[in-house]
Amino acid sequence: MAKTESTFLNMFLTLLIVTAVSSLAASAVYNLTKGPIAEVQRLKLQKAISQVMPGFTELKKVQMMPATGSDSLTFFEGLKDGQEIGVAVKTYTNLGYSGLIKLMVGFKPDGTITNIEVLEQKETPGLGTKMATPKFKDQFMGKNPATFKVEVKKDGGQVDAITAATISSRAFCDAVMRAYTTFEQLEKKQNNQEEGE
Amino acid sequence: MKQWQNFSKGFFKENAVFVMLLGMCPTLAVTNSAINGLGMGLATTFVLMMSNIVISLIKNLIPNKVRIPTFIVVIAAFVTVVDLVMAGYAPALHEQLGIFIPLIVVNCVVLGRAEAFASKNNVVSSFFDGLGMGLGFAMALTMLGAIREMLGNYSIFGWKFINHDGILVFILSPGAFIALGFLIAFVNKVTKKV
Repeated sequence: MAKTESTFLNMFLTLLIVTAVSSLAASAVYNLTKGPIAEVQRLKLQKAISQVMPGFTELKKVQMMPATGSDSLTFFEGLKDGQEIGVAVKTYTNLGYSGLIKLMVGFKPDGTITNIEVLEQKETPGLGTKMATPKFKDQFMGKNPATFKVEVKKDGGQVDAITAATISSRAFCDAVMRAYTTFEQLEKKQNNQEEGE
Repeated sequence: MKQWQNFSKGFFKENAVFVMLLGMCPTLAVTNSAINGLGMGLATTFVLMMSNIVISLIKNLIPNKVRIPTFIVVIAAFVTVVDLVMAGYAPALHEQLGIFIPLIVVNCVVLGRAEAFASKNNVVSSFFDGLGMGLGFAMALTMLGAIREMLGNYSIFGWKFINHDGILVFILSPGAFIALGFLIAFVNKVTKKV
């Protein structure tokens, strides 16, 4: 078979056909994998929520803008037999060493931290990534940010920073505090509503 | 015999990493553990094999002046497929490799084989060339990943043999250059003798 000449029409048709077939193939695969990808995302969120707030039977989703920051936080209020047992907050910070970090923080109704899960981070492997290890994040468990100053010790707080990853530790505290202050605002708002009724 | 040569040259004689020094960006960036290196290598192998097959099939239909854009579009289609399938069925690995999966599109190894081999040879030869080159690339990445993981984290494929923090520098980017340099020197020393 002779090689196709490089005429304008030939080049036009070749590129047209190749791009059309490629995008068709890509969209077919997209449709096939759409289900599994959504399922993976849902399971990941579900797992994070039950990690930080075990024992709930019902979830209520609320969005709330934080006082600082550009994006709203998502609150998952956990109910068991109609009683509120806690809130899982999907929070974030932009102060990470490599930008955005997303955490899931669980609070009891009185504001005590139950547990924290790291959802997304791009920190330095071996340094900042240690924020996901129990050694670092377990120091927040059972602490209430009202009495426990969520700031690294270098900044006058009570949090032991990760060795050689102060920036990542600071960012982690920032995300936790954003969750806590917004959580307080939300509680206040809900209490006001109840009184007004 | 000829197909065996097409296949085996990718491992040492013309290895993409050790000899041709192609595809350095993913080589240095993702190999902080053996499993990441292997995952990246196998994803590249799949793309390389499929794009080689398709390009050798359509090589006579492509006008010479638009061959590079055509190759890139074909490669990009396969990379999109790998990216989506990985996100759906291997989410942990997909998260680790992150941006480097889409970046296989611009991996010189893939385009290099399309231009230098698949556009001049038949389908069977191109298939073996793609498979061999890809597996050679995967082997190099896994070796580098294993060395960096062993030194940097005292573990291999996630199994920790010393319960202590490793030599941190090998997990970080400078470690990639150091380990790769020694690995290339070692491989060249061994293969030159044979």
